[in-house]
Amino acid sequence: MSKYPVIKKVGNTREYKTGSWKTMKPVVISEKCIGCGKCWLFCPENCINEIIKNKKKIFEADLDYCKGCGICAEVCPVKAIIMKEDEE
Amino acid sequence: MNKKTIMGLPREEFFVSGSRNCAGCGFPSIIRIVTKAAGKNTIIVNATGCMEVVSTPYPQTAWKLPWVHAAFENAAAVASGVEAALKKLGKNTNVIVFGGDGGTYDIGLQALSGMVERGHNVLYICYDNEAYENTGIQRSSSTPKFSWTTTTPIGKKIRGKKQWKKPISQIMASHGMSYVATASPHLHIDLFNKVKKALSIKGPKFIRVISPCVIGWKIPSNKTIEIEELAVETGVFPIYEVLEGELKINYKPKKLKPVKEYLMMQGRFKHLNEKEIRVIQERVKKHWEHLLKLEKMGRIYDVIL
Repeated sequence: MSKYPVIKKVGNTREYKTGSWKTMKPVVISEKCIGCGKCWLFCPENCINEIIKNKKKIFEADLDYCKGCGICAEVCPVKAIIMKEDEE
Repeated sequence: MNKKTIMGLPREEFFVSGSRNCAGCGFPSIIRIVTKAAGKNTIIVNATGCMEVVSTPYPQTAWKLPWVHAAFENAAAVASGVEAALKKLGKNTNVIVFGGDGGTYDIGLQALSGMVERGHNVLYICYDNEAYENTGIQRSSSTPKFSWTTTTPIGKKIRGKKQWKKPISQIMASHGMSYVATASPHLHIDLFNKVKKALSIKGPKFIRVISPCVIGWKIPSNKTIEIEELAVETGVFPIYEVLEGELKINYKPKKLKPVKEYLMMQGRFKHLNEKEIRVIQERVKKHWEHLLKLEKMGRIYDVIL
C-alpha cells in the first residue's frame, strides 16, 4: 500500500454502470445514420461506439453507460437518433 | 489523417465511461478533445472542482493518463513542480492543468500568475462553467452579471450577480505570455488545433473553454452543445487567440445574434427584464467592438515593464 491514495488501474470507472441513471434512451434509425460521428464526439459519457449493422457503419450508444441526456439526438444532423422512454 | 472532420480525430480515448458527471455535462467533450490532441505522453494536474470530483471517485478513475489531484489554489504550483521535475529528468512530457473557473479566476489565480511569471512549460486549461457548480452553484468571479446563483438570489433589489464577469483572458495575456486562447467544444477542430499549437510552444499557455452546466445554468440536459454555439454566435463568448501578444479573432459570425436568444434558454437568466437584457446586449457589443479594435492593433500584450 502506498502512503498516499494512488489508483493504479486506469479507466476503472467503467466498473460502475452509469446506465442505471437514465429515464430516456437513444434509439438509432440505422438507415438514416450517415456515420458522421458527431454523437460519438459530443456524448459526455463517451459511450457511443462505431458498430457494423447490416454491413453499414453506424453509431450506437452503450446503454450500460448512457445517462439519457439526449445530446446525441440533438446534435445529429440527419435526425437519426430518437429519444424513447427507458422501460427497464 | 484529415483533422478537419470528426472522424479524422485520433480514436484513442483517455477519458472513459463511468464518470459520475451529471447527464449532459459540458466538460467531458472538452477533456476528450484536449487529450486527443495532447496524446498519451501527457501528465494531467486537476484542480479541485466538478471535474476532479466526478472523474475520480476513489478508488476509481475515468482517466487513462497520469493524473494528479491538486487543491483549489495550487494546481498551477503543482504543475510547475511536475514540469520542473520532468525538466531535471530530461523528459519531454506535456503537462496540462485542468481547472474550473473557481480554481482559476478566484482561488488558484495567484499560483497561476506565479507559474506564468516563472515561465513553466505548462498548458493551463480553464473549463469555464461560470460558478462553483459542484458545491452548490455559488457565484464566482466568472459568473456573468445578472446571473442567478444560490449566493446571488433574485429579489426586488438584487437582480442576480451585481458585478460583470472578470476578464481573465486579458489578465493572462497581460502577463506577456506566448499563448492565450478561448475555445468552445462545438468548434471541435478549432479547440483541437489550439491545443496542438499551444503544446508546440515552450512556456506557459492558457486556454479558456466554455463548459455549460446543466444544473447551474438551468438548461435541459440535451442543450449543452446548442448553448455553446449560441454563446459564440451571440458574441457572449468570443473565440480568439493571443499569439505572441497579437490578438486574432478565430471565429467571426457574419452577424451577431441577439443575446436574448442565448439568455432566454437558461433558467439562471429567466428573471431578466427587457432593460436588463439591453444592458447585457450593449456590454457584449462593446466587448466585441473592443476585440475588433485590438485585432487591428497588432502586438498589444508583449509590452512588459
